[in-house]
This record gives sequence, C-alpha cells and structure tokens, in this order.
Amino acid sequence: MAYAFDFASVLEYREVLVDGTLKTLALTAIGTFFGLAVGILGAVSRAWKLAPFDRFFTVYVELIRNTPFLVQLFFIFFGLPSLGVQINEWQAAILAMVINLGAYTTEIIRAGIEATPKGQIEAAQSLAMGRAQIFRHVVLPPALLKVWPAICSQVVIVMLGSSVCSQIAAEELTFAANFIQSRNFRAFETYFVVTGMYFLLAIAVRQVMIQAGQRLIARRVK
Amino acid sequence: MNDISYWDIVRNLLDGALWTVGLSLTAFILGGIAGLVLLFARIAQNPIPRRLAQAYIEVFQGTPLLMQLFIIFFGGSLIGLEISPWIAAALGLTLFTSAYLGEIWRGCVESVPKGQWEASASLAMTHVEQMRHVILPQALRIAIAPTVGFSVQVVKGTAVTSIIGFVELTKTGSMLANATYQPFLVFGLVALGYFALCYPLSAYSRILERNIHGSRAH
Repeated sequence: MAYAFDFASVLEYREVLVDGTLKTLALTAIGTFFGLAVGILGAVSRAWKLAPFDRFFTVYVELIRNTPFLVQLFFIFFGLPSLGVQINEWQAAILAMVINLGAYTTEIIRAGIEATPKGQIEAAQSLAMGRAQIFRHVVLPPALLKVWPAICSQVVIVMLGSSVCSQIAAEELTFAANFIQSRNFRAFETYFVVTGMYFLLAIAVRQVMIQAGQRLIARRVK
Repeated sequence: MNDISYWDIVRNLLDGALWTVGLSLTAFILGGIAGLVLLFARIAQNPIPRRLAQAYIEVFQGTPLLMQLFIIFFGGSLIGLEISPWIAAALGLTLFTSAYLGEIWRGCVESVPKGQWEASASLAMTHVEQMRHVILPQALRIAIAPTVGFSVQVVKGTAVTSIIGFVELTKTGSMLANATYQPFLVFGLVALGYFALCYPLSAYSRILERNIHGSRAH
C-alpha cells in the first residue's frame, strides 16, 4: 500500500490558515491581558488576606484548577444562555480563557508576592507610602519579574489549550484545520501542518512574552 | 421532552466518569513507564538519546493535545490501522503524559546535589550503580509531590478525548445536555465530577510538598 502525501492541498487554503492563526493569537493576547489582571487582583487578595476577596479567590482558584478547560468553556457557552445571558462564541472563548488563566496566574503571582522581603515593605512604610502605593511600586514589579518564566509557560499552555475553542465554533486555528480537512479530505496532512504551526506559535509566543517581561517589568525593577 | 429524570442524568454521568477514571489510570501508568524510559534517555551520557528525548518532549509540550489526538486518529487509518477512539485516546494521552513526567522527573534527578554524584563516583561506583543506590532513591522522594500534582493534568486532559468521540464524562455530558436541554445543570454536574476526581489529588500533592519541605528543615 502506497499513500501519496499531498501537502499542497493544505497550502491551497493558506488564507484560512493565516486567518485562524491571527484569531488564535488575538484570543491569546486578550486572554493573557485580562487573565493577568485577574491574576494580580487574586494574588494580592490571597497574599495579603484582603477579606472577603481572599475567600472568593481561594474557591475560584480551586474550582478552575481542578476542572478541564473544555468543561469550563461548555459551561459558559451552553450553560449561561439558559440563565438568560446571551453570549456568542468569541465572548465565551475569551471569558473562558480569562477565567482559566486568571486562576493559574493568581497562584503563580501569589508565590512572587509572598517572596517579597519584609524589610522592603517596612522601608516603604517608613516613607509614608500607602498600601496601594507600596503594592504598585514596591511589591508588584519584583514579584512579577520573579515568576515571569512560570507566567510565560502558562500563557503557552493556554494558547495551546485554546484549540478546543473550535468545539464551540470559534473560528481559530483548529477550526480552520477542521474546515480544511472537510474540504480537501486530507485529514492527516492538514493536522500535521497545523500541528507544526502551533509548535512555531508556541515558540513565538514564549519569545514575545519573555521580551515583554524584560521591556515592561525588568526596567522598573532595575 | 423530559422523560429523562435527574437520576438518569446522574447515572449516565457516573458511567462516563468511570471511563474518565479508566483512561486516566491507563494513561498515567503507561505514560509513567514511557516517562521513565524518557528520563533515562534524557540523563544518559550518550548525547544521541539525550537529544532525541529532548526533541520528543519539546514536540509534545509545544503542540495542543487535541492536535496530537487528531494526528493519531487520522494517521492510524492512513497506515491501514483501524483505530478506535479508545485506542487513540489512550495512546495520545500516554504520549502526552510521558513527555511531562519525563521532564518532571529529570528535574528531580538534577535537583539531587552534585556532591552526591561526586561522593559516589569517588567510591568507584559505575554510572548505573550511582543511579541505583544514590541518585534515584533521593530523586524519588522529591518526585512524589509533583507527580501526584501532574496526575490532575492527566485527568483534565482526558476531557479533550471527547472531541475524537471517546465517550467519557465530558462526552456523556454533551449528549445529555443535547437530550435534556439543561446544559447549565448537566455541565455543572460534569464540572463537579472532575472536581471530585481532581481536588483530592491536588490537596494530597500539596500535603506531600509541605511534608518534604518540613522534613528538610531540620
């Protein structure tokens, strides 16, 4: 039996692939931005025991980290409308990614905040800085810098995990692959190419995140 | 069309959860064995197995699990093998698990202090003897907590196999949600099922971690 590989039939759909790639990247970027915001709020609430938010974030982190992303996505996309909340596939995908990444980054950033030397906070207090100022200028930047490699890894994991968003018909890269293989009947070649694209995206996203860390955080910490 | 009672929903979900547990155990055990092979390749003195293992790990950690499953599912039929969703799911998750466990365990072996290597080398132990009597017993102790922690990722990873048609907890939930028009309830229960499986593992891994750090303190 000889099977003739036909990768050209995949590349005929390069516009679909490019479009899917851009949407996967956009999803990742938006998810990362808001996910980090949630993570910072959650981390400071838990690390500094800001009642009642610390309790809320503890439950949130455990619930999200102990259930699959796909189920969170289905719950949001199929479950919320039955409560009367209308939501389209992109809103559901973004919401799921923010909620998911927020839980993981809460734990990651919390570790960074808890590693802040006590003397630094005392020094800031002696300069009559308020709690919010201390957090923003003294605690957060070095904390983020310390855990940035873990955040980069988590963002890559979330980007790869976003491939299941194809299941609620969000037209990202995996959706593009499903579409292409339903047209050219070359499932193996299509998934092979798209897997390679994800691999390159993972490398690229990691590099961008590392660079962003150096540009945005490392400078402030000096 | 509500001839499906709440009890029917729960009973079917429990059936699905059994398959989730079965798949998780299969992937964890087989993935553990393959991960051990990867670990030894990764810390071998010969650079060839070391590079191969590294490439394997990078590919499986750098691509979506869903894509890996698709490739196995469709690649199998390409070489003339009729691959059932169960086989594709078990194989895919095993490969995925092995890549992560191999890498986690390598970290544990490397975190054994260097002096231990030097001391055992000075006792004229061979590489294998060093591993067997000095390094691995210590690495094993460090490895337990992150290994239990990773098992949570395996259980959650099984949800993705629903997409290639393997009927486990998530797939059962999707079918029930379609049949009952009660997605909020059904997916809520599905999430609860995963939480019941994963939370004890997470909590146990945290306890193990604390114990290790505690016993090191003195």
